[in-house]
Amino acid sequence: MSPRLAPLKIEARREIPRGLLYATPLLAVALTVVAGFFIFLAMGYDPFLSLYHFFVSPLLSFYGWSELMVKAAPLILIGVGLAVGFRANVWNIGAEGQLTVGAITGGVVALAVWGEEPVWILPVMCLAGIGGGMAYAAIPAFLKTRFGVNEILTSLMLTYVATLFLSTLVYGPLKDPMGFNFPQSRMFGDAALLPLLLEGTRLHLGTGIAVAIAVAGWVMMTFTIVGFQVRVLGQAPQAARFAGFSSTRIVWFCLLLSGGLAGLAGTFEVAGPIGQLIPSISPGYGFTAIIVAFLGRLHPLGIILSGLLMALSYIGGETAQVEVGLPQAVTGVFQGLLLFFLLASDFLVRYRLRFRPTVAAAASSQPAE
Amino acid sequence: MSTGGSAPRLEVPRLEVRGVSKRFPGVLANDRVDFAVAPGEIHALLGENGAGKSTLVKIIYGVLGPDEGEIFWNGEAVSVADPHAARALGIGMVFQHFSLFEAMTVLENVALGMDRAEDMTALAQRVREISEAYGLPLDPERDVYTLSVGERQRIEIVRCLLQNPKLLIMDEPTSVLTPQEVERLFETLRQLAAEGVSILYISHKLQEIKALCDRATILRGGKVVAACDPKAETAKSMAQMMIGAELKTVTRRSGGALGEARLAVEGLTLASEAVHGTDLKNVSFAVKAGEVFGIAGVAGNGQNELLMALSGERLADHETVVRIDGTAVGRSDAGRRRRLGLCAVPEERNGHAAVPGMSLVENAVLSGHHRMALLSHLFIRAGAAARFAAEIVRAFDVRTPGTGVAAGSLSGGNLQKFVVGREILQKPKVLVVSQPTWGVDAGAAATIHQALADLATEGVAVVVVSQDLDELLAITDRLAVINVGVLSSAMVTAEASVEEIGLLMGGVHGLDGSVPGEEASHVA
Repeated sequence: MSPRLAPLKIEARREIPRGLLYATPLLAVALTVVAGFFIFLAMGYDPFLSLYHFFVSPLLSFYGWSELMVKAAPLILIGVGLAVGFRANVWNIGAEGQLTVGAITGGVVALAVWGEEPVWILPVMCLAGIGGGMAYAAIPAFLKTRFGVNEILTSLMLTYVATLFLSTLVYGPLKDPMGFNFPQSRMFGDAALLPLLLEGTRLHLGTGIAVAIAVAGWVMMTFTIVGFQVRVLGQAPQAARFAGFSSTRIVWFCLLLSGGLAGLAGTFEVAGPIGQLIPSISPGYGFTAIIVAFLGRLHPLGIILSGLLMALSYIGGETAQVEVGLPQAVTGVFQGLLLFFLLASDFLVRYRLRFRPTVAAAASSQPAE
Repeated sequence: MSTGGSAPRLEVPRLEVRGVSKRFPGVLANDRVDFAVAPGEIHALLGENGAGKSTLVKIIYGVLGPDEGEIFWNGEAVSVADPHAARALGIGMVFQHFSLFEAMTVLENVALGMDRAEDMTALAQRVREISEAYGLPLDPERDVYTLSVGERQRIEIVRCLLQNPKLLIMDEPTSVLTPQEVERLFETLRQLAAEGVSILYISHKLQEIKALCDRATILRGGKVVAACDPKAETAKSMAQMMIGAELKTVTRRSGGALGEARLAVEGLTLASEAVHGTDLKNVSFAVKAGEVFGIAGVAGNGQNELLMALSGERLADHETVVRIDGTAVGRSDAGRRRRLGLCAVPEERNGHAAVPGMSLVENAVLSGHHRMALLSHLFIRAGAAARFAAEIVRAFDVRTPGTGVAAGSLSGGNLQKFVVGREILQKPKVLVVSQPTWGVDAGAAATIHQALADLATEGVAVVVVSQDLDELLAITDRLAVINVGVLSSAMVTAEASVEEIGLLMGGVHGLDGSVPGEEASHVA
């Protein structure tokens, strides 16, 4: 009879060097570049030129940097919110939907006072955006806490409802009456647009707010009992209950926080770079922010860096499209590669693969029977 | 070396360990350990937590490799690459924690543990033969979740015996058994020894070692400090060799006047959350100020459910079911109960009483923030938390490089001292503690017992849930027995008989494998 042993075994490593956990994002980025090199080569493009336009040329101009920060703003905002939830094992995958609803509610406020320029309009829009995102995230929160429905499924599916609802609005009631039947709303009034931080760029106040919120998120997670509760629930749910922390309240908190921040990001997009409601207001920021959160080690300050890096994948993708003629899908490919390498290197830091000899050991001994 | 025993042994030792050292980062777990086990000998391995017993046994069983030193098997040097190699040599091991699949049958579990595929019919036959031959009644067709812990242990033992071991390693085997089950296990072990099987018996229960073992090797700080004949020693003298110091004895005030009932439980009925858990059925008891109340029972008879119902992790049906100092709290969460003065220590340290990945300071905040003023609005007062953690470490002699290390990096006994100390230092009015000395060494156990006794002297109502009957007999004023979620009426500890308690503990889990659910027909 042959031994029934798998030849490959996964073992937890006894000790995990702490520094390595922070090095894996860098390793993942390096591996992504290497893999990208071979993909470009296989597709028949000049790999050096492609990588140059993807990773380097956007960073050579001042405008490139400002665009980087414009794109990083929603990624950081959403990433910080998601990371808090992920720390508590609350998996909000539907930030894209909450962003869309936040854009709608914020945008509707702007359109409701169209033609007037009230000074209070921007704060009200932001509150409406936060409220919209929260309300939308409240659906999975209610279903999870009340009926135990998996929030991954509900939040993800609601994303498609939200984007279709946005289309319904801009193809219908919110369509610009003077817009030659294009599916878009009126342009917002000047008072409803975010102030620019730098003239001549699109860099708006939202980027500064995103960074401030990341810092606030770090303070909350590190120094307050709220962040402590979130971390305990994620690491040891039984211990959270033992300490008297209500998991129901923490689940609500995490989903409302991440939903609210995603909604705010949506409002910032329509009140910032876009300036009106259109059928597609986000190139997948809500989903990319999931990668941002993990790449930033679920640490709010790390998320600022990873948000900038993932913003580069959008801008680099566009640059490479224009300069080298790469297909648009290259952005998604790079984001996917990055997540893959990050998860793989994280896994291999914590575990190791061991090959076992195919024949049971102990040749030196007599058989047992 | 085999020269220290009282009985001269002329044969080649079954197992001999020479100069084995094992180093982990920052600690020398085994330091040139020498000892030998003769054929047919029951040999005790005795030591405090962190003394290196587990490491040594893991090296013998091939889980770890030694850094230095040699292992001789029947006089020949061998290298034990992994547990498969150990089993091929004839070494079997029964772990403290069983690895059984609850939803599968006894036979399926046995088959999964075999190194090679077996014919199931033949295997069932062999399981029956072995279980009959060694007084280990076991029905191969039963589902594991229907079995008591003692019966589950028999599966593990039978699993080992199927391999015809020449050396059987037992790691703390009696911690989950009733006194009658322990006696039965000892008969099996003596029978095996009489047939020439060597037994390496790891335990901290000195009375058992005296009753069972031929020789004992005592480890302290990774070194062999003594070898002795347990029958010629007293439990106290062995404990002192083990800890290398005088053992403190717990002093209890004698029958002082008890106060009002501080904790009252009336008609607590609660369905278990776990699939194969035990429902609590109409549990009632009251504990007065200054009293230590014990709850005995075999593991898995509703102790965890009861502890969670008391701590506030599970809520009762009515507010009045649980009262703290007369205040009804049956529907109040753990936070309110803690603020009212009820602190609790659950049985499981990692992941329940403590978060393994968090520092000791953070773990001090975990349950301490309700009573120790560790919060300033929403912010955690880092300085106060660090002082509280340091105070626990100091008062309960927690061996740790500092309070910044992760709780999971502490040895089991040290973490236990930390979590028990954390609750005691909160000056509770009611303390509910499960398995207070589980896995801690004799010295630390004495410290914890003394702290519990002192709490009672100060007027705290103390509830101790334990599977260690000796512990309950030593420190409680009254005790009751929990069996399949039913709590017996309380008895005064000083007047209770071990036989009676043992039978109550056995309950429907009869000693002869009677089917649970067929009610207590066996008990008489």
